[in-house]
Amino acid sequence: MAIQLPVCTLPPLKAPLYLMAIKAGFPSPADDYVEKTLDLHEHLIRHPAATFFVRVSGDSMAPLITHGDILVVDRALTPYSGSIIIAAVNGEFTVKRLVEQNGITLLVPENQSYEPIALTPEIDCTVWGVVVHIIRTVA
Amino acid sequence: MWYALVDCNNFYASCEKVCNPALAKRPVVVLSNNDGNVIARCPLAKALGIEMGAPFHQCKDIINRHHVAVFSSNYALYADMSRRVMDTLATCAPYVEVYSIDEAFLLCDVPPAEAQDYALSVRKKVMQWTGIPVSVGMGATKTLAKLANHIAKKRTDSGVFVLAGDSYCQSLLETIDIAEVWGIGRRYARMLQSYGIRNVWQLINADDSFIKKKMTVVGLRTVYELRGIPCIGWEDAPPPKKAIVSSRSFGRPVESLHELDQAAAHYSAIAAGKLRRQHCAAGAVTVFVSTNPFKNEPQYSCSATVVLDMHSAYTPDIIAAARTALCSIYREGYRYKKVGIMLTDIIACQELSPTLFTHMYNYEKRYRLMQALDSVNCRHGRGAVYFASEGVIRPWSMRRKYLSPRYTTQWDEIPVVT
Repeated sequence: MAIQLPVCTLPPLKAPLYLMAIKAGFPSPADDYVEKTLDLHEHLIRHPAATFFVRVSGDSMAPLITHGDILVVDRALTPYSGSIIIAAVNGEFTVKRLVEQNGITLLVPENQSYEPIALTPEIDCTVWGVVVHIIRTVA
Repeated sequence: MWYALVDCNNFYASCEKVCNPALAKRPVVVLSNNDGNVIARCPLAKALGIEMGAPFHQCKDIINRHHVAVFSSNYALYADMSRRVMDTLATCAPYVEVYSIDEAFLLCDVPPAEAQDYALSVRKKVMQWTGIPVSVGMGATKTLAKLANHIAKKRTDSGVFVLAGDSYCQSLLETIDIAEVWGIGRRYARMLQSYGIRNVWQLINADDSFIKKKMTVVGLRTVYELRGIPCIGWEDAPPPKKAIVSSRSFGRPVESLHELDQAAAHYSAIAAGKLRRQHCAAGAVTVFVSTNPFKNEPQYSCSATVVLDMHSAYTPDIIAAARTALCSIYREGYRYKKVGIMLTDIIACQELSPTLFTHMYNYEKRYRLMQALDSVNCRHGRGAVYFASEGVIRPWSMRRKYLSPRYTTQWDEIPVVT
């Protein structure tokens, strides 16, 4: 067969070596102020191993959370009364606000036209994760 | 210092449950490639008597009767969940050695009185962060940690076990069969049994020279480890793989060279991608083909190897070599069940020395092309961009009829909440 020559054999760069093209002559004085670009992932995700994304269907949490929003869910956090959580209720995921009131735990929708769900022993419910960000596309 | 072995329980079945709450109380089984056999069962499925490795078609009755949820292997999901488990473990211990997709050794420094609580805290954290249940076994050596994990799985409700201090005792160890010991294969177990060594306690107290004579120094190392003397070291950086294999059985028999060639190109592309992820290059490409030995029809299997003139990780090089090899072994008139690619003579890229011809090869351009290919496929899912020679429709591709969504690696497949 034809002569095969090596390719693709350099390890990839871990980080940009230079953020500007290298030109002969004087270096740009701005090179001293090089910073990396902002990484949204770094801003939105504290625990990568424990963070999941889910998509919202329906309007039970409107206007805070609306149909089509993507939620960033962190399972490493422990919810407290007032947290917005993802719960698995009777085999389905739902997003609601967790409220403890007079010894009763409630899953409370933001939308007034929905009823809060009181977590009685008959209801099969587990907290799946805590919502930490809402991502909505507006344009 | 302690070794802890953390093992995910029924890993594939557990992964399917994490992002699908409707499965919480349903028995779940996961099938092997081509939906052939049961390769993972959740505890509810085990309780129904579905055996590990059982052919799918033989269990259809139980599955229908008990409304068992069935899944094809979703490796995109399992690999991502494995990464999450391993990353979580990395927050629990200063050293983590990933042993397989669902097992890792931890090296940790906790006082003996706190070992049990530590193991429980690891289990709890992995469960909370990833939703995957794990068993944790702890001991003074890797072999003891493995054995402790076995005890944790089979004999505790807590899912953790520390094999040290009071628990490291004759009354427990003589109830454990030597076949459960890491490193004692079935053949050694039979041999030892013929000398009256049946349980772990007997093995610990066996004579050194007898063990060395019958099982070499490797067997003696296992016995020392059982006595609490660490002999199996910490593998910080596993060496690059010696060979990369990419192969699947076809969903239906394949007869034409054209289809075999597509499949060979497809597996070549997968193998070359793996090679680049390890920052390695291969020196030889082997292709193997075989018919289905379980069918009563003409049988043929063969392999051929093409040695590359220079090491390469450039997909078109691998595909071209595979094609040369395949054409040399293809015989008409057979119904092929399988084609596979094996890359060997693998070396790390930094070991490559430039030669006289390197500069003629558009090296930089080809490198950038592969980088672009890999990054597009990384962002948009494997197979977003591929070589035309891999085929478009791929009628030969394996059956995966019951595939779940890739909940954690594809934007349009993430879980829905109401």
